[in-house]
Amino acid sequence: MCAVPTATDEAAGSAAAALGPRSGTLLTRSRPLRPRLVRSAAPYLLIAPALVVIAAVMAYPMGFLAGLSLQNYGLPELIAHQGVFVGAANYVRLATDPLFWQVVVRTVVFTVLTVALSMALGTALALLMERVSGPIRLLLSGGLMFVWATPVVVAIDIWQWMFDYEFGVANWALTRLHVGNFVHHNWFENPLQGFGIIVALVVWGALPFLVITVYAGLMQVPRELVEAATSDGATAWQVFWQVTAPILRPIFVILLSLSTIWDFQAFNQVWIMLNARPSSSYYVMGVYSYVEAFRVTQYGRGAAVSVVLVAILMMATFFYVRQMARSGELE
Amino acid sequence: MALTVRRRQARRLGYDLVGVLAFAVMIFPVYWMVSTAFKPGRDILRFDPKLLPSPFTLANFADAVARPFFWTSVRSSLIVVLTVVVISLLLAFAAAVGVARFGFRGRRAFLVMILVVQMVPLTALVIPVFLLMDGLDAVDTLASVIVTYLAFIVPFMVWTLRGFVANIPVELEEAAMIDGCTRAGAFMRVVFPLCAPGLVATAIFAFIQSWNDYIVAYVLLRSPDHQTLTVWLASFTTNRGTDWGPLMAGATLTSVPVVTFFLLVQRYVTSGLTAGAVKG
Repeated sequence: MCAVPTATDEAAGSAAAALGPRSGTLLTRSRPLRPRLVRSAAPYLLIAPALVVIAAVMAYPMGFLAGLSLQNYGLPELIAHQGVFVGAANYVRLATDPLFWQVVVRTVVFTVLTVALSMALGTALALLMERVSGPIRLLLSGGLMFVWATPVVVAIDIWQWMFDYEFGVANWALTRLHVGNFVHHNWFENPLQGFGIIVALVVWGALPFLVITVYAGLMQVPRELVEAATSDGATAWQVFWQVTAPILRPIFVILLSLSTIWDFQAFNQVWIMLNARPSSSYYVMGVYSYVEAFRVTQYGRGAAVSVVLVAILMMATFFYVRQMARSGELE
Repeated sequence: MALTVRRRQARRLGYDLVGVLAFAVMIFPVYWMVSTAFKPGRDILRFDPKLLPSPFTLANFADAVARPFFWTSVRSSLIVVLTVVVISLLLAFAAAVGVARFGFRGRRAFLVMILVVQMVPLTALVIPVFLLMDGLDAVDTLASVIVTYLAFIVPFMVWTLRGFVANIPVELEEAAMIDGCTRAGAFMRVVFPLCAPGLVATAIFAFIQSWNDYIVAYVLLRSPDHQTLTVWLASFTTNRGTDWGPLMAGATLTSVPVVTFFLLVQRYVTSGLTAGAVKG
């Protein structure tokens, strides 16, 4: 140990950084060399600012949200800055509201569809990336980077324009390809078709991250394993399911959880795509919660919807955190 | 033998063709935005669209830039983004050093919290954040947006930077100290420079996240002269319909800074969320 005789300056907070958690003995051995209080306070001082911001803008609002969902909080309450406690009334109202159940089912179906599609396509594209020749791989990953970098709001505007009922390129292309007569076809008249486009948009936006991550995982699969399986007569399909997929399982768990979290709270894609005026047949939970709070000005009811949304998402979070904890990332 | 080689070549060619097709499908929307942005109005409103912008015009860009609130939105976005980048870097780097270099009680709990907090759906939090900011009379101020972004961005940055700091061997610092550095000196001369790529990567992450956000700015910034660029862009429709040319020009302008920065650091961003996951 080169020890610390010179480190008497007050900036020692960061200097003590040299004592890594990497070795317990390091900590013990250098203990007599510095005032104990400084060393034990330093890490807390370092994390305190971040902790304060996270607590103030995330933890506290989370608690506030839960409290709000038990209140009647409309326009008069907004002006008075004080809600009226009504117990579980907001939840009872939701539970007996057929629209709410439609919204929940719609959100779940939407999430399952987008997550399944983006995972399947993402994995397929990653496997494709592994098999194409060098220049094509470069082209493909370059294209993915551009899509990845496109801001969500920009992406929504582009898709809106491509599927414009009058001059959209999609209607023109589909008509030219003799899929049918799509001249002046309004995709958003029928919510089923409208959601088809929203799902396509979300999947398109999600693919780059998924493809690049799965591809990075594929690079870590030992070649010998694949070769051994192939020489034993396994088909490509079998190699994927019996060799590659089990090795990539941790990555798949994380990607599944993250995709679920992102897609389940979808708001922008529906809201902007329908020009901030979606009909109730387009409501997903994020939109429904927003409408109840900011359009109907019933913040308590909107909060109750949000609480249900968070509660459902916590299950996805659970698997993600457990995976990260298992992979030793918390040590 | 020759047969299998030929078959393998044919298969490779087939994959390449599918690859080119996938590229075309993925990139087309982006291409269509840029192409539309450079087309004159009469070529945009056509039933048989032209694939290439010819004749070529900058009129849509001139139109977009001259729209009400474009420049105020650019200013708001820049103020918000730059403030968030600077403050989040300070907060996150301090916390990252704290968890990477110290063993302390509550460290694991802090890391679990950092992880869990990244899963909180932003959509669910806009209601309480709006009401709390309203109670503080902070609605419609850029400060309210900045603080909210910080809370959502810092956890990921701590997580990523922590990896960078932890990867620097303690022995390097010790060596510097044997050569006469103070602890603080060793930290500034060894740890800080070695973390530079991580700091750049997370700074750009913060930039992109806060530049791209829509819902927080939409809820918190009520007056048009305070709104950010994405809110400006999303409210482009008029009662008479959408002006697609200027909209696509505005969308292109909004994307340029993000795309530029993103391409610079994409290799760091990729590994952040899933680092170490394959260890199983």
